[in-house]
Amino acid sequence: MIRTILVRVAVYLLVPCLFLAFWAFMAGHVNNQVILPGVGQVAGLFTEPTENLIAMGSLSRNIAVSLVRVLAGYLLAVCLAVPLGVLMGYYGTVFRLLNGFLALFRPIPPLAWVPLVLAWFGVASLATLFNVEKGTAYLYLNNLKFSMVFIIFIGAFYPILTSTIHGVMSVRGTLLDSARVLGASERDIFRKILLPASSPSIINGMRIGLGVAWMCLVSAEMLPGSLSGVGYLITHAYTLARTDIVVAGMISIGVVGAILDLFFRIIEDRKFAWTRLTR
Amino acid sequence: MTADPILRIEALRKDFPTNNGTVVEAVSEVTFPVSENDFVCIVGPSGCGKSTLLRMIAGLEAATAGTIVYRGEKISRPLKEIGMVFQEYSLLPWRNVLDNVALGPEFLGAPRAERETKATEYLRLVGMEDFSRAFPHELSGGMRQRVAIVRALANDPDVLLMDEPFGALDAHTRILLQKELLRIWERHRKTILFVTHGVDEAIYLADRIMIMSARPGRILDVIDVDMERPRLRAHPSYGPLAERILAILEREAAASFRDTARTRHREG
Repeated sequence: MIRTILVRVAVYLLVPCLFLAFWAFMAGHVNNQVILPGVGQVAGLFTEPTENLIAMGSLSRNIAVSLVRVLAGYLLAVCLAVPLGVLMGYYGTVFRLLNGFLALFRPIPPLAWVPLVLAWFGVASLATLFNVEKGTAYLYLNNLKFSMVFIIFIGAFYPILTSTIHGVMSVRGTLLDSARVLGASERDIFRKILLPASSPSIINGMRIGLGVAWMCLVSAEMLPGSLSGVGYLITHAYTLARTDIVVAGMISIGVVGAILDLFFRIIEDRKFAWTRLTR
Repeated sequence: MTADPILRIEALRKDFPTNNGTVVEAVSEVTFPVSENDFVCIVGPSGCGKSTLLRMIAGLEAATAGTIVYRGEKISRPLKEIGMVFQEYSLLPWRNVLDNVALGPEFLGAPRAERETKATEYLRLVGMEDFSRAFPHELSGGMRQRVAIVRALANDPDVLLMDEPFGALDAHTRILLQKELLRIWERHRKTILFVTHGVDEAIYLADRIMIMSARPGRILDVIDVDMERPRLRAHPSYGPLAERILAILEREAAASFRDTARTRHREG
C-alpha cells in the first residue's frame, strides 16, 4: 500500500525533477542571470513571498490583486454566457438570431480589443465608478480597471458560451419528453432537466474559460494605468532586467492556474460521476 | 364497448417536412376509439408512424390534421391524466430511483413528504423499494423500465401510453415484464395503448390489436383477442392468431416494397 503510494508520487515528480535538473544545468552553463537565472535564486524569491520586490509590493499581494481581477472578469463572463448559452441551446430561434453575429467576434483575440477598450474606458476603474479618490478603498477599487476586466471577460466568455450551448443541445430528447408528459412547466424544464443535464458540459466550459481568463491576465495587466498584479510585475521586472522575478511571476501564474483547474476537476469527479457511468 | 370511449382518435394525420423541401406523410387519416380499461396494442413495421401516433396523443407533437378527444374534450397538450413510458433512457441519470419516481408529483406541486411516500408505495408495487437510493446506471435494463413504468403511474393517469417499453430488453426479461405489466393493469385498471413491433407481445398482452401499414401509417385491421388471461403461448388459438397477423404484415411489407421500387424506377 505504502509502496504503491510512493511509486505513484515518484512517477508524478519524475518529470518536474528532471526539468529542474536541466534548468540548473543550463543556468550553470549559460552563467548569465539575465538570460537564465539560477534555480536557487528564483526559489529564494518564493521563500519570502511577502517581501517587497522592486518597489512593487510583495509577490503574494500581486498574486492576490491579479486573482481578484481575473475573478471579476470571469464571473461577469459566467453570469452572461451561461444564461445566454442555455437560451441559445434550447430555443432554435434565439440560436439562429445570435449565433452568426457572435461567431464574428469569436476569432478576435482578446488582445486585439486593447486599443478600442482603452478608448472606451481609459484608466477608469471601480474607484471612478464609486467616486472614491483616496484612502485604502481607493487602492483596492482602483485595481479593478474596466479595461482589464473587459479583456478577461472577452477571453472567458466564448469557451463558456460554446460549451453551454453544446451541453443544452445534446440533452437527450427523451428526458425532455418524459418530463413534459409528467406535467413539467417550462420553468421545471429549465431548472430540473436542462440545467442539471447540461451542467457537466457547462462546468467543463467554465473550467476552460477560467484557464483562458487567467492567460489573458498578463495582456490585461500590460495596459496603461496598471500598477500592480503578477502580469505587471513581470513586465516591470523585465524593464529592470530582473529575469529572476520574471520567472518567479511565471511560476506563480502556472501554479495558481493549475490549482484553480484542480478545483474544477474535483467538482467534476464528485458531482458528475453519473456522466461517466451512464453509457 | 357500451360506455363512451375514453379516447377518440379522429382522422389524425401527421406530415413531416423533409430536407429537400417535400413533405412526407407519416400518419394518414387514423381513426379509432379506445374504451376505458382496454389494453390496446398497435403493431406495425418499423417507421410506420406508430410512435408518432403515440406522441401526438401524449401532446408532444402537434397533429397536421384531425383531433384527439379525451373524455369528450379535444386535447393538444400533455395532460396529467395521460402518462407515457418510453423505450429507454427516460430516467434522469443524476437522480436516484426514488426522486425519479417522485418527479411527476413534484411537477404537480406535491410536498416532499407526500411525494416520497407515494413514490415508495409505487416502487413497492414492482418490488423495487430496496433500490430507492440507487441510481439508474446501477440498475439493469429491466429494473430501469420497471422504474419508468411506476414513475408514469405515480401521477395516477387514466391512460398509459407505452412506446415499445420492452423493446430494448432481452427476451427473458421482456416476458417477465409483460407479466408484471398485466398484473399492474389488472389491479389498477388503466387504459393502455401499447406500441410494439412484436406480434407475440401484442397477442400476449392485448384485448385488441390494431395493425398499422407501412408509411404512411394507416390502420389495416383491428383484431379482438378473446383468450382468457393469463394467456399461455401453448393455447390453441395463439399460433393461428400470430400467423394471421404476420400474414397481414407480410402482405403489407411486400406491397410497400413494390411501391417503393416502382417510385424509384419512375424517378430513375
